[in-house]
Amino acid sequence: MPTSKHLLTSVQVARFVAQGSLRLDGVVPREINERAVATLDGGLPQVSYGTPLSAAFARDTFVHELLALPLVAGAVESLVGPEPTVDHHAVHIREPHEGHAQDLHADAIIDVRPDAFDIQLMYYPHEVTTAMGGTLSVPGSHLRRINETDVGRVQNLRGQTRLTCPAGTVVLLHHGIWHSGRRNDTDRRRHMYKLRLNPTVPQVRLWDTSDLHDPAVAAELGAGFPWYEQATARLEIHNRVLLWRALTGDDTFDVEYWVTRVTNRPTQRSQA
Amino acid sequence: MRQQVLVLYLSSSALDSHVVGWSRYDGTGRTRPTTGDGDEPPYATGLAALHDGWRLFQASQLLPPQPGHEYDVSFLKHEFFFEKVEEDPRPGT
Repeated sequence: MPTSKHLLTSVQVARFVAQGSLRLDGVVPREINERAVATLDGGLPQVSYGTPLSAAFARDTFVHELLALPLVAGAVESLVGPEPTVDHHAVHIREPHEGHAQDLHADAIIDVRPDAFDIQLMYYPHEVTTAMGGTLSVPGSHLRRINETDVGRVQNLRGQTRLTCPAGTVVLLHHGIWHSGRRNDTDRRRHMYKLRLNPTVPQVRLWDTSDLHDPAVAAELGAGFPWYEQATARLEIHNRVLLWRALTGDDTFDVEYWVTRVTNRPTQRSQA
Repeated sequence: MRQQVLVLYLSSSALDSHVVGWSRYDGTGRTRPTTGDGDEPPYATGLAALHDGWRLFQASQLLPPQPGHEYDVSFLKHEFFFEKVEEDPRPGT
């Protein structure tokens, strides 16, 4: 793959596979941020499900300019490929002193595709402080199979991310990530723009693969998170390996020996 | 009397294993715990909650994985419910 489009590296994509998210802090210029805040207060026109991204937003809209930024465009293409379609988009506003956070949830319905994923782009046009209730997300939760708010009983997990960020920050999330809009304890409205994108091509080696065999790839895929149970943490790595195999087309890849060991069936093979 | 409920998610099925997640529900109405309201667990282990007077009233069952779903991951497995019972802060209401 060429590298002129600010495509992600293999290490960055491996981190996304492990964490279920990718942060791009402060990458959006101030003029786009200011236009976005003004636009979001007034709401946005609907986009029909399945509209090609290239046809969904007029050139003079902040969304078009946001998606045209080389860092954003490269990250999107690295994860869902060229010409994704728009699933939906929405303005999320947390009003001042709202009494309650959202229940922890994953969006849409349970979605267990083993070799494909959607991304959700979350864009924060102004600074988000701790008190403003930036989005809560749980690193490494995206492969856990839950349906929407069924996990809402859980309020806090060790190592959770309570987002604080500078203006112009973009976060790309795997569709399965557990998250919540936190309570806004300030006098100021908090804005967030969310855009869900669906791939239209197989998500295989869409990024800059020149570092595919960097040992840091396996290190990222083997990362643990403080909220994982001791035993389940090993299953998480097993499942990431399967996703990485799907994304790279390399069905021999492993982290340590987690998948290779439990798929080794010499007796069956010798009788085939 | 009013019930305070503490839910602890532990690293293993052992009650003295360390806390990886937690929730609070306050039947007295004095506090309003909610999603994402803290980064530090109230106790290091489930046993530490017992030491502080919480009474365990439910623990997750140990269920073997469903055949064919041995590698699936989902809800946190080791969930423990505790309670403290307190005087009604609004007697007569």
